[in-house]
Amino acid sequence: MREPLLRIEGLRTVFRIPGGEFAAVDGVDLEVPRGRTLGVVGESGCGKSVLSLSVMRLVPPPGRVAAGHVWLEGRDLLALPMEQMRQVRGSRVAMIFQEPMTSLNPVHSVGAQIVEAMRAHDPGASAAALKERAIEALRRVRIPAPERRFEEYPHQLSGGMRQRVMIAMALACSPRLLIADEPTTALDVTVQAQILDLLRELQAETGMSIILITHDLGVVAEMADEVAVMYAGRVVERAAARALFEDPQHPYTLGLLGSVPRLDEERERLLAIEGVVPPPFALPKGCRFHPRCPFAIEACRMAPPALEEIAPGHLAACIRAPVEQSVAA
Amino acid sequence: MAAAGTKEDDRTAMLRHALHRLLLAIPVLFGVLLIGFLLMQVVPTDAAVVRAGPTATPDVIEAIRRDLGLDRPLYVQFGLYLWRLAHGDLGVSIINNVPVTQELAATIGPTLELMAASLIWAIPLGILLGTVAAYYRGSVADRLIMAFSVAGVSVPVFFVGLVLIWFVGFKWQLLPFTGRGGPLWTADGLRAIILPALTLGGVFVGPVARMTRTSVLDVLSADHVRTARAKGLSERLVVLHHALRNALIPVVTLVGLQIGFLLGGAVVTETVFSWPGVGRLAVGAILSSDLPMAQGAIIVLSLGFIVVNLLVDVLYAGLDPRVRAA
Ligand SMILES: Nc1ncnc2c1ncn2[C@@H]1O[C@H](COP(=O)(O)OP(=O)(O)OP(=O)(O)O)[C@@H](O)[C@H]1O
Ligand SMILES: [Mg+2]
Repeated sequence: MREPLLRIEGLRTVFRIPGGEFAAVDGVDLEVPRGRTLGVVGESGCGKSVLSLSVMRLVPPPGRVAAGHVWLEGRDLLALPMEQMRQVRGSRVAMIFQEPMTSLNPVHSVGAQIVEAMRAHDPGASAAALKERAIEALRRVRIPAPERRFEEYPHQLSGGMRQRVMIAMALACSPRLLIADEPTTALDVTVQAQILDLLRELQAETGMSIILITHDLGVVAEMADEVAVMYAGRVVERAAARALFEDPQHPYTLGLLGSVPRLDEERERLLAIEGVVPPPFALPKGCRFHPRCPFAIEACRMAPPALEEIAPGHLAACIRAPVEQSVAA
Repeated sequence: MAAAGTKEDDRTAMLRHALHRLLLAIPVLFGVLLIGFLLMQVVPTDAAVVRAGPTATPDVIEAIRRDLGLDRPLYVQFGLYLWRLAHGDLGVSIINNVPVTQELAATIGPTLELMAASLIWAIPLGILLGTVAAYYRGSVADRLIMAFSVAGVSVPVFFVGLVLIWFVGFKWQLLPFTGRGGPLWTADGLRAIILPALTLGGVFVGPVARMTRTSVLDVLSADHVRTARAKGLSERLVVLHHALRNALIPVVTLVGLQIGFLLGGAVVTETVFSWPGVGRLAVGAILSSDLPMAQGAIIVLSLGFIVVNLLVDVLYAGLDPRVRAA
């Protein structure tokens, strides 16, 4: 298999709290293949955003990356000097966020904000050339009348348009990886579909990789080539999208899929997840999912299970996997 | 901001906003003049007697009374008062018979000079200190700056002035501390304005620093600042262009709210340093019951208040495109 574009190894990100610290991301290993989309799913609070901010080294204080490596094109981003990391941001790895309303600066025009992103990586370019390129970037994300939009301010645009501007800005310097943290959650359904279509088209055009973070399994099914399921700061299952949906292995994944409405078949609900995600500063011993897991046995309370390959390319962190068998047994 | 980011529409919106604010200022101005006028009605001084002078006969006084319209109903008198005001006639001083407008014209310059000399260093310094404190939140620098600004807020203006006079002016004889030394482009003029400007500006540094700190802290954790970092901007650009630039919007509003404080401070500073400005004129006129003069000075100070507020409003719109659109 080809070397992946991005490889995350043993990533651990902690937040300082009065009297100690807790790990919001706790030992994550992930790979993002070139030109493909990795979907990251999991309930609210499981550490998806912290994971993506860790890759960008933008975790806000009192948080910090405590351990791990983020390999991109042969370099460990976590070990780069600050100035080199700044150059990586935007030009090699770019990011878009959930809230298009607040992610753009309200006092600068849309064009100025795109130009600024370009100038950060090409300080020598003339103002006229940058403006030209920014308008081109707006056109590429299918914004009508880009010359006029260039002059406008974020408050003059709709949510969908703002997210398009965010995408234009993120792609302005042709990054190899785009991290999209719930890019459509704040948008209504039709706009959501348009933005996802756009991302897919742009990926086909540029060959970039995408990390798509979401808690919407429908979006993952539609967009992702590979999927990682996160629970309480850890990856509990990783597989090709098709394999994950057809043959989920981790009880948590089964639970998540159980809550997806299925139109095609009348399938009996295997299980619904009871309870809530434990807060990262009060995690249970052993497998973090065991208090909510209908398949839990005594051994699950003892040691955290490792992420192991149970079929080629299919990894799960569960001593009872594959669960279908253990249920049958 | 890239110059390319502004456009014709935006400039028109800005102009419209300024005109709107100007219109809104008219009723305020009217109110100020009305109060100034009523002030003259409630005091038991007969303007006709005063203007006629001590040797005038009753006939002359009566003629002047008719001339000034003092025998007419109050609202007509108010109209006449406005009419005279429009022609630059604010009456004459009871004390020395000098026209009030002449006296005001001579004192406005020094007052503006003093305010400008105070704000020109105090506001930038306050903004700088506040930004540093916010960026290095919790550090020693932050704590020192905050301690200094709390102290600055609680020390009265006259105390700062007296301390400066005592040490710098009197004991060490470094700088003059009474009156204006001449035009600002002369060495004497510059030397003379230093202590008053330090005094009046000094009380402003603390509040501006504190407001800036709060505001910058707020903006630093905003989503769009994270976006700015995510696109690879340098910390300098992130702080100046995204954090501080946005943080200035509330700071301008808050500074605007302190204008009354600035005018009050100017009155005290001018008095302490015998600075020949409108503030000292007002205090002198009030102490010697020179009502026309006091009225004129108060009108000018209130006008100053209105004009500065207007400027703040326009500046506010200049900083925030959402205000222009509204
Ligand atoms: N700035 C912060 N300070 C303290 N704790 C934080 C901070 N940001 C995140 N956390 C904690 O880290 C954990 C993971 O949060 P994260 O935002 O990554 O979740 P998420 O999976 O993105 O959830 P959502 O779907 O709601 O976006 C949470 O328990 C959260 O409380
Ligand atoms: Mg999130």
